Amino acid sequence: MAANDAAFIELDAVEKVFTVRRRAGWMRRERHEVRAVDGISFQVPRGEVVGYIGPNGAGKSTTIKMLTGILVPSGGRLRVAGIDPSKERTRLARRMGVVFGQRTTLWWDLPLRDSYALVRRMYRIPDDRYRHNLERCVELLDLAELLEVPVRQLSLGQRMRGDIAAALLHDPDVLYLDEPTIGLDVISKVKVREFLREVNTEQNTTVLLTTHDLTDIEQLCQRVMVIDHGRVMYDGSLAGLHAVGESERTLVVDLERELPPIEGVPGARTVRVDGARQWLAFPAAASAAPIVAAVAAAYPLVDLSVREPDIEDVIAKMYAERSG
Amino acid sequence: MRLYTAVVASSFRRYATYRAATAAGVFTNTVFGFIVAYTYIALWDQRPHLGGYDLAQAMTFVWLGQALLAASALMGGGFQEEFQERIRSGDVAVDLYRPVDLQLWWLAGDVGRAIFQLLGRGIVPMIFGALVFDLALPASPLTWLCFLLAVALGILVSFALRYLVALTAFWLLDGAGANMISVVLSLFFSGMILPLNVFPGALGETANALPWAAILQVPADVLLGEHQGAGLVGAFAFQVGWAIALLAAGRLLQSAATRKVVVQGG
Ligand SMILES: Nc1ncnc2c1ncn2[C@@H]1O[C@H](COP(=O)(O)OP(=O)(O)OP(=O)(O)O)[C@@H](O)[C@H]1O
Ligand SMILES: [Mg+2]
Repeated sequence: MAANDAAFIELDAVEKVFTVRRRAGWMRRERHEVRAVDGISFQVPRGEVVGYIGPNGAGKSTTIKMLTGILVPSGGRLRVAGIDPSKERTRLARRMGVVFGQRTTLWWDLPLRDSYALVRRMYRIPDDRYRHNLERCVELLDLAELLEVPVRQLSLGQRMRGDIAAALLHDPDVLYLDEPTIGLDVISKVKVREFLREVNTEQNTTVLLTTHDLTDIEQLCQRVMVIDHGRVMYDGSLAGLHAVGESERTLVVDLERELPPIEGVPGARTVRVDGARQWLAFPAAASAAPIVAAVAAAYPLVDLSVREPDIEDVIAKMYAERSG
Repeated sequence: MRLYTAVVASSFRRYATYRAATAAGVFTNTVFGFIVAYTYIALWDQRPHLGGYDLAQAMTFVWLGQALLAASALMGGGFQEEFQERIRSGDVAVDLYRPVDLQLWWLAGDVGRAIFQLLGRGIVPMIFGALVFDLALPASPLTWLCFLLAVALGILVSFALRYLVALTAFWLLDGAGANMISVVLSLFFSGMILPLNVFPGALGETANALPWAAILQVPADVLLGEHQGAGLVGAFAFQVGWAIALLAAGRLLQSAATRKVVVQGG
């Protein structure tokens, strides 16, 4: 067991090639290969929370499907807790929790509570664990009022919280989350993140999550992997990613009146002016406080806000950097 | 095992909530029963003892067919479309990462549905039929028990057949064509259109040897007391044999499907 802990999840040159048929003119069809995952290798130690990010079609969901055992890799070697997922899917299933943001594990016609009762039987969860875990999920994910509601009547965000709870009732060792915060409002996002953090620290659950929301990564992940065209482009800390991608945050200030572009603020440059509103860019790793102070000292400041960089922007800049 | 009992129960409850559909189904079965009954009366008037049945036996066959139509899913329905839709949309991914056996899982759901439809859609048409027509119903409780066993085995065979049909969606994505073929075959070869023993020679023999016969013809003959002693054991063996063979085929096809074929969608 201990030997597994350093490489709880282990991928070695894993590939997945899809063969698709495309129309090539009138009546003719052409076979065509899509290399969705093209030689990915990494290891995740037990208890780590990893953000798995990248643009649309990068191969994130395909990787997760191979990790859960529902897709067989076309090449390479893949192990989770020492088990080959596609060979021993059912054995591994008891030890993992999965949330696919755009699908549901819950039963459409059943109240949330009945779905959980089925999950309990399915994973043979002991009574006391089940009660304890359900209570905690209900409290932290705010499900108390939803338990008797049939799933088809839940909103997207409510259903998602219900799904996250369903994936954690059996105390999984590893949790795969494919866009778990899709469709959640700000408050729910905060709740979900807090909940995941708590599960990770309390139970040392290994988490691999994909997201297009950089805040998820910032608040949850010790480590980020950027995937594109089925390859790992970056593997390291988020700060490192910002450095590599030269990513910038934006300070948006509202002044009392229209003024020429703000000048003379060290570490920031004005990138846009629109009436009394101005946008200042500064390195993502730097603190906003001295910049705000410098602006406030020299200009009539009414209001301000700070915008985080988009993952997509960071990645785009990273590429520009590499090819340039 | 408790999981699968829980699935049976929740599926039963689920079908029980579709009250309007159940009422409409009972109405349709009853109306259809009358239409088919009068057609048979005309037929038996011309050819008494057609296929070895007297008129009362023929009437019993008609109303039994209506009573079992929904429960045995002779016209399809049940889990089949739902499973195919899950394959097409890729939601089957969710079913695959659970620690459950896919075939048993859907079987449990289908058993829950069948039990509900046997009670909800079977009993009322049968009572109507018995009130209006002279039916050849057995007096011995043992025959009724044997009949129930034959119905249960018939439902199992029906499930095994429909599971195979549903799995084709992994390759074809759209199940409509396969379903249509399956309904036509099952209506004819189960005896739903005409009892299989009215067909002479090779056609009759072939039809009686095919698995669909296990769904309606065999339970009907058990109820009518056509099978006795060793014949009864043979009838059950016929049903069990097909159930095992078809369920095993379903397992093979299922493992081929999940290995070779791709789960759809991100
Ligand atoms: N069943 C399939 N058949 C053919 N090609 C597929 C299939 N599933 C995925 N692909 C292709 O594989 C590539 C990777 O898809 P994948 O779903 O893993 O992307 P992703 O990183 O999850 O993207 P997103 O951020 O949009 O969810 C895409 O080019 C996609 O078109
Ligand atoms: Mg995806």
